Amino acid sequence: MSGNTGSITASKISSFVLLVVFITLALSLVAIIFAAAIVGGFVSAGNDMTGAYVLLALGVLGVAICTYVLAETRRRLLKLKIVVPPVMTTIECRKCGIKTVRDFQRGDYIFKETEPCQKCSGMMLITAIYREVKEKEKERFPF
Amino acid sequence: MLLATQTKLGQLIGTSDWTVVLNVLFYVIFIVFIFYGQRIQMYVMLREVEVSLYKLKFIKEEGRKVAIETIREIGKPQADPTDKVDRFLEYFTIGPQNLDPAGIVSKLEHILDVRDTRFKDEVKSMAPASDETQVNNLENTLEAASALNFIYKVIRHYYLLGKKTMSLYVIMQIQMILPLVMREAEAYASALKAFAYGQPIGDGAGALVAARLMYGYEPRKIAKDCVVATVPYEGRTAFVIKAEGPGGNVGKPGDAIKEVIEENEGKIAMVVMIDAALKLEGEELGEVAEGVGAAIGGPGVDQYKIEESLLKYHIAINAVVIKEDVGDAVSPLRKEEFDSTDKALERVKQVVVEKTKEGDKVIIAGIGNTIGIGQ
Repeated sequence: MSGNTGSITASKISSFVLLVVFITLALSLVAIIFAAAIVGGFVSAGNDMTGAYVLLALGVLGVAICTYVLAETRRRLLKLKIVVPPVMTTIECRKCGIKTVRDFQRGDYIFKETEPCQKCSGMMLITAIYREVKEKEKERFPF
Repeated sequence: MLLATQTKLGQLIGTSDWTVVLNVLFYVIFIVFIFYGQRIQMYVMLREVEVSLYKLKFIKEEGRKVAIETIREIGKPQADPTDKVDRFLEYFTIGPQNLDPAGIVSKLEHILDVRDTRFKDEVKSMAPASDETQVNNLENTLEAASALNFIYKVIRHYYLLGKKTMSLYVIMQIQMILPLVMREAEAYASALKAFAYGQPIGDGAGALVAARLMYGYEPRKIAKDCVVATVPYEGRTAFVIKAEGPGGNVGKPGDAIKEVIEENEGKIAMVVMIDAALKLEGEELGEVAEGVGAAIGGPGVDQYKIEESLLKYHIAINAVVIKEDVGDAVSPLRKEEFDSTDKALERVKQVVVEKTKEGDKVIIAGIGNTIGIGQ
């Protein structure tokens, strides 16, 4: 049984925040559609197009804010994920030096003698257990 | 200026009505921020703490789940261990009174011994089918789950207190230390799996160096949960000490060093201790550093005992440390830490050759949790 990898995720988004975001989004879309209808002449508003432009600006602003809030919430959720990287076990034959690397299995420990070597029938020994973490490129500091 | 901007905006959109509306809006926002600015800031901070609290709750529940599942899998209990695990997670230890500090170390040691025995008994009753190594690993798993439970409760306490009192300073304090608390909680979350599976952790780097030194030589038991092997090196005799593995255990290196010194009637030229040490931000993970003094953490009982024994016979003490951060110390051993044990081993050998002469006896003690490390 290896099963040493996995992630822990917390997936809690406030339903109130979601409600507010979706109401704002709906209102913004209505504003944009309404503005488009005025500009396109489907709705009569006289010669003054000011109201239509204000509606359009408000609609675009609303959509932008909602997109930003949703993106932020998603980013936060991604941050809530804890990734446990896989742990590897290195097994070496003390006699012929053959080396194999496999996933960690429960019961493995450093300096444990495992099965006989397939090449020379000498005993295989666990010489290392470690996890490899791929780090993002580090920020360079001048100090 | 504000007025001019509004007028210009009004001119731009062409109606004086808009100017009035915007004027009123700006003043309303201005007044709201004057009176409720701090409150809004508090709500933002509370929200931030709340998000972290959800995560802490999730990690804590995960810890409890991992502990229960591991006990069921390894210990094969007759009854459901859930109640016992829940009780274990709430255990506390009261430290000795320090108004009169004379003799406090022995009092602390006694309390820690009682705690250790109690924990082991509890684990054995929860997991009757487990062997000594598994009992140690389960105990470590439960302790990690207990630490997560405690962190969650403390943060929840300050969150609710802040919400109840609406005190900016209560909320601010917890919000400011939150990133560090979360780092620690995440470290314990990954430690849980390591303890449950019996994987070596970063804290065991010192014990690993000692294990690599003593491999191939017959170890014998010394003190509680400790082993010593006599290793000849460059004409010197090295007594290599570590906690007995591969179960999760730190042993009592203080007693072990004292016993070896007494066995040799104080004729020890030098003690070298190897341990994992907390690195500062900016330092490389796995950096090896050298110094003097007893390199050992914990509550201080072992450090006190080592220093007492060394003082009695005026024995020199050197230390080699492997740098790592708090997260790496309790998480499965990283490749960088594993590789740095080679460097630490070389440094120890170098210190022994440089500071002692042929025929001398030295003690080399690898300190740390020996989970996943045999000998």
